[in-house]
Amino acid sequence: MNLSPTQYEALVKRASPKSKAPKTILCAFLIGGGICVIGQLLRSWFLSSNISETHTATLVAASLILLSALLTGLGVYDNLAKYAGAGTLVPITGFANAVVSPALEFKSEGFILGLGAKIFIIAGPVIAYGTIASVIYGVIYWLFTAAF
Amino acid sequence: MELLMDCIKAFLVGGLLCAIGQILIDYTKLTPARILVSFVVSGVILGGIGVYEPLVKFAGAGATVPLTGFGYSLANGVREAVDKEGLIGALTGGLCASSGGITAAMLLAILVALFFHSHDKS
Repeated sequence: MNLSPTQYEALVKRASPKSKAPKTILCAFLIGGGICVIGQLLRSWFLSSNISETHTATLVAASLILLSALLTGLGVYDNLAKYAGAGTLVPITGFANAVVSPALEFKSEGFILGLGAKIFIIAGPVIAYGTIASVIYGVIYWLFTAAF
Repeated sequence: MELLMDCIKAFLVGGLLCAIGQILIDYTKLTPARILVSFVVSGVILGGIGVYEPLVKFAGAGATVPLTGFGYSLANGVREAVDKEGLIGALTGGLCASSGGITAAMLLAILVALFFHSHDKS
């Protein structure tokens, strides 16, 4: 069978499975939005109990991290992540999952260089680059406020 | 009914931020770790130029729960610390503001690892 590259490409395209992209995006939207609603219920509750805005933010984050850590321990979060994709990755619960999941997996390699080191395998870069970006912003902000 | 409206706004904005993450996964070669780093750094930039604050006012947890909100709290912390203490605040403000979440995650990782076992990833 003699095929030109373009014909071959068309054949490959026809044979490969259809992209599931729209469905994955919808799943991410629904589940990610759902997690934010849980956060909003907690936030409204804390704010209505006269807790300050700053403390509310910390408490909402900590509560969601607790929830995500338990669900990760039970193996539920990773199952949900198969359907939700970025819907479970982008919220703070995904950050918690990225810390707890390697803790479970690498516990067998010891508590120091196994668990202790590997919990930062994804969270480490996030914290490092986030903090560095905030330092750069802080210096720029200082220059502006000090100069004017 | 205000609670219902707050939840709808949180759902829409939070869902949208997650959908952006999914689009990045589906249509670019960015790995999940790179996407998380981009979200946090974007949050710092958007928080710094003052765009994220109105979104938080509007959507509440829909803006603070996604990782861009983590970046926003880093930027906020740095600005407050610089206001209070000058340039040294640029070094201390970020992690101070986000220390609660980071500490909770570390603590729970150890606790969960003590009581649970790794699950089959298949």
